Amino acid sequence: MPQQSSDAVILTNITKTYGETTAVKDLSFSVKHGELFGLIGPDGAGKSTIFRILTTLLLADAGVATVDGYDVVKDYREIRKRVGYMPGKFSLYQDLTVEENLHFFATLFGTTVKENYSMIKEIYEQIAPFKTRRAGKLSGGMKQKLALCCALIHRPEVLFLDEPTTGVDAVSRKEFWEMLQRLKQQGITIVVSTPYMDEADLCERIALMQSGSILSIDTPAAIKHAYPDELYAVKSANMHQLLKDIRQYASCYAFGEYLHVSGISENALAGYVKGHTDVIIKKVAPGIEDCFIRLLLKHE
Amino acid sequence: MKQFLVFVRKEFYHVFRDRRTLLILFGLPTMQILLFGYALTTEVKNAKIIVVDQAKDAASQQLIAKINASTYFDIDPGEDIEAAFKRGNIRCAVVFPADFENEKRIQIVADASDPNTAKTLTNYLTAIIQPPSAQPYQIIPVTRMLYNPSLNGSMNFVPGVIALVLMIICTTLTSVSIVREKENGTMEILLVSPFNPTYVVLAKAVPYLVLSLLDFILILLLSVFVLDVPIRGSLLLLFAESSLFIISCLSLGLLISSVTQSQQTAMLISMMGMMLPTILFTGFIFPLENMPLPLRIISNFIPSRWYYFIVKAVMLKGLGFWAVWKQTLVLAGMTVTLLTISIKRFKIRLA
Repeated sequence: MPQQSSDAVILTNITKTYGETTAVKDLSFSVKHGELFGLIGPDGAGKSTIFRILTTLLLADAGVATVDGYDVVKDYREIRKRVGYMPGKFSLYQDLTVEENLHFFATLFGTTVKENYSMIKEIYEQIAPFKTRRAGKLSGGMKQKLALCCALIHRPEVLFLDEPTTGVDAVSRKEFWEMLQRLKQQGITIVVSTPYMDEADLCERIALMQSGSILSIDTPAAIKHAYPDELYAVKSANMHQLLKDIRQYASCYAFGEYLHVSGISENALAGYVKGHTDVIIKKVAPGIEDCFIRLLLKHE
Repeated sequence: MKQFLVFVRKEFYHVFRDRRTLLILFGLPTMQILLFGYALTTEVKNAKIIVVDQAKDAASQQLIAKINASTYFDIDPGEDIEAAFKRGNIRCAVVFPADFENEKRIQIVADASDPNTAKTLTNYLTAIIQPPSAQPYQIIPVTRMLYNPSLNGSMNFVPGVIALVLMIICTTLTSVSIVREKENGTMEILLVSPFNPTYVVLAKAVPYLVLSLLDFILILLLSVFVLDVPIRGSLLLLFAESSLFIISCLSLGLLISSVTQSQQTAMLISMMGMMLPTILFTGFIFPLENMPLPLRIISNFIPSRWYYFIVKAVMLKGLGFWAVWKQTLVLAGMTVTLLTISIKRFKIRLA
């Protein structure tokens, strides 16, 4: 039975292996109702596997999970009625037009486009000029918008978006996240995954993932706040040599046009780079990517 | 129900927007029927022969004229029999000895590297040459070629080709269409919807049943109007039996789709894997009676074998349901089994 008081998505000790490879290792987390939750991690971190377990497409080897109060194994039919799912790969009918795809999925979910048009209006209006175009002929950003419309047309309780912004241009990515913020205001629980660390800040809460485990789970601000050391950005005329020099003493990695260094004091750092010219050292606030790298090193 | 109809409509969109499918659907049967009807035939027509007439008298000339008049033979003007055989120019040679009038003997030489043709040709020639019996009484065999008095070779092939074409088209198209959903990832979305997975299977089958029946009509029209093959039995019965056969092939296609992951594999299994057994074990090219027991047992598991019998009985012999009820029952049993297995095997999850 659905328990309105409990969380929208709950995973408890979920493990999934494919042959020898462990995709998800003893994973537990939960997502609150109406939350915009992000799974952040590189390819192969196990994000898609989690989505497939939650959308009842895969059975976990161990552990239990519920979506909107329903068990993913026992009550799979109930879950399939109330979730929206957008797989990582564009998965609409390429030979059907925009309109035909939308109508098809609306009917499949036992509703009509008219009935729930308010839900998708804002998004659909952007692709409406192309409604007679075949889905396969749309640009990447348009495809994502259409896929989102199709996943939303039945007013799902929980929306699962597996890497919706991968392969989409920067402008469309930004638009897409704005759309998600608006959907959140309508009370839909959204679980979204992305390999882009810069998108993490747009979520309410995030789980940083690597190799099937969660490194850290909290709000983006809290995760950044928990960064233990001072972080410095360093630049010099010979970046390659600089990286080699600092690596001997501290954690150091390329970050844009700078190197990010942590684990040593500013004075010590200034000492190590003495031989370089055009040196710039400045203190920076850690981003999610810094936190991720930090956690990764600690994990290893 | 509305979901089901929308799903079926979507399948039609797929078919009519894909040239490759359309080609398989309507090009393949037309080509097969015309090929088997015209090009590929076991009849012997216009066989080249050499006639060496050393007698050159009235009797020999008369016989040569008779041979020439038949449609089976084309007389080659050459003289060198051995060379012509070696070159493969002629199938047969007839030699009249110089003393034909007294000796009353003719030599017939045939190229037996193809034994069936050699036998057929010598039979034809003997029939033409045989003089009226010199016995005091004469036996005149009155032969009657039942169901096909004009010995139209297409009559044997048409039911076989119908079985072959329906078998291949139904299995191929259904299996490919389901596997395509898997390959494109749309199956993932279909599964994460309230739509019953069983309906996915059925909604896939319905459009192809309709299209296959269209195909069947196309083949019938070609047979009747192009190949002069009659339909003697009840058209309704023929359609009912064909629908049954089509459903059994569709189920086989669904089954293939549940064990394959890519369109190529599905296509290969259903086209190559089905084509050979159908050609071998249906009995329209190679008589099943001549096969060793194990092969005859295998042939019982090929649905097209039973369907071929039914079509021959209904279409060519004009027999009613009472003549084919056993075969119909076997076919129905196969259909139910295959359909049940494929629905049972249809996965409600990935992997």
